Amino acid sequence: MSELTLLLIRLAFLAVLWFFVIAAVGVIRTDLFGSRTAPSGPRKTAKPAKPAAKPKSKKSEPRQLVVTGGPLQGTTINLTETPITIGRANDATLVVTDDYASSRHARLFPQDGQWIVEDLGSTNGTYLDRSKVTRPTPVPLGVPIRVGKTVIELRK
Amino acid sequence: MSEVVASPVPMPAKRRVAQLGMLAFAVGIIMLAYANVGLAVDGKIPAGMLTYGLSLGGLMLIAYLVLARFAPWADPLLLPLVTLVNGIGLVMIYRLELSGRDEAASATNQILMTGVGIVLFTVTLVVLRDHRSLQRLTYTAGLVGLLLLISPLIPGLGREFFGARIWISLFGFTIQPAEFAKLALAVFFAGYLVAKRDVLALAGRRLLFIDLPRARDLGPILITWGISLGVLVLQKDLGSSLLLFGTFIVMLYVATQRTSWVLIGILLFVGGAFLAGQVFSHVGDRFQIWLHPESPEFYDREIGGSYQIMQALFGFGNGKILGTGLGQGHPEEIPLAYSDFIFAAIGEELGLTGVMAILMIYALIVERGLRTSLAARDPFSKLLSCGLSFLLAWQIFIIVGGVTNLIPLTGLVTPFMSQGGSALLANWILIALLVRTSDAARQPPPQAIQNEGMTQVFQR
Repeated sequence: MSELTLLLIRLAFLAVLWFFVIAAVGVIRTDLFGSRTAPSGPRKTAKPAKPAAKPKSKKSEPRQLVVTGGPLQGTTINLTETPITIGRANDATLVVTDDYASSRHARLFPQDGQWIVEDLGSTNGTYLDRSKVTRPTPVPLGVPIRVGKTVIELRK
Repeated sequence: MSEVVASPVPMPAKRRVAQLGMLAFAVGIIMLAYANVGLAVDGKIPAGMLTYGLSLGGLMLIAYLVLARFAPWADPLLLPLVTLVNGIGLVMIYRLELSGRDEAASATNQILMTGVGIVLFTVTLVVLRDHRSLQRLTYTAGLVGLLLLISPLIPGLGREFFGARIWISLFGFTIQPAEFAKLALAVFFAGYLVAKRDVLALAGRRLLFIDLPRARDLGPILITWGISLGVLVLQKDLGSSLLLFGTFIVMLYVATQRTSWVLIGILLFVGGAFLAGQVFSHVGDRFQIWLHPESPEFYDREIGGSYQIMQALFGFGNGKILGTGLGQGHPEEIPLAYSDFIFAAIGEELGLTGVMAILMIYALIVERGLRTSLAARDPFSKLLSCGLSFLLAWQIFIIVGGVTNLIPLTGLVTPFMSQGGSALLANWILIALLVRTSDAARQPPPQAIQNEGMTQVFQR
């Protein structure tokens, strides 16, 4: 085995060893700050003109609606530009069979890249996280919306 | 009704994929190291590489699957980091075995022990579903730890090698009970300090800037000091003595937040060690060797001289920044390079760069442990994970400091690297305990019940 090959292997081994350390630190970094969070405020202002920023913000947009609790648990609806209605009525996008839900209970619609939840005058109310929705409110990713016994949330 | 504040609660992710990726990466590095040793020594890829690599990879896959099943929220980094140090130790032992200088170096034996270690790791994870049940065993653990610690002194059971009486012989195996004793004692210290920390934190007289504890509260620290001095004098084991006492002091400090305990601890240990150095020649010699390893009087001495430490220092010097390369140095010149002095062998063949990388990996393991301690929700878990990770850090400091002649040399194994079954098994159990604690700490807290139709949760 030639000296040069051994030298190259030696250097490669040390480089790989350090790369492992750096990769481990990378895992901790995303572990601490979360890999899904959108770029934070100061970072946004630092490079606002970059075209790369746009797909990033698009990435944080919700893609689907997931039912996380209630009888319909596990149902997913892919989000398009059309609004979604929730209620007991047959023409609702998400038909819930639930005594605590009204026929036309709540509505979700997109506006400026955000999804807004609006209570349609239901009897028992719609809750975003733990607060009652009294007026159209933007829905962040992963925050539960409760309609009667059904809990839904937006996901990527 | 207030406006909804859109602040998603940061939840730790499970990060199973990252863990599997890092694990595969670690096994890959180890196989590369094997290939490197073979190429350098024989000029060809060693025949055993696939066997070693696949058996190590298989073992780690089992550990990973058990972890994913029984501790899904556990820290994703602990297992891959430990795998890498364990594997590099294996490669180094294999390399020393190839050199044929020391009969005792046996990579096959060590990989067998790694296997048993992983079995113990998985058994601990499967059996111990909730580490807080250990809190009920506080005093049992203390008793077990103490018995294990003094067991080598029992005539007929204890064995003496290399001038230290720290082995016992059981069913044809020699084991070092102190390695297991440290785990039991960490559990005992954690449980005991959770119960008694309020009393121990009471301030007595104030001296300069330090609140001294009350004299009557000095009992526990004096007892631990006495036991660790007993280990030092009767078993001639400076390493375990320092390890035991240091861990107790740090856990006491973490539990009470009183700097005075640390000062008292240091004073007691330095005083005790100084007295022991005056009275017992072997302790005093260690100190003299540390100060003057190069003096011919120690260098030429047959037993207990400075030949070993000087060879280690020559090895480090020979390694320089980038090392001689795996299989291309002469670590076999260092006596016991496969056990206590494995770090010097690494230093010679991987150089300062490699040594730093290994120390970083150890530091990351300890950091994950301390992070678990910060995230843990109850005081027992906090103290236990803090104690266990400090135990690991302190042990690495003592042995690496000793091998590099930064502090007087004490016989301790380098965790996960040195050849030796007891230490490897005990350390795998230690990692299992840390994994179990981190699983509990990182689990998201149970959500308040809010999907029953009529229930309203009010926020004040």
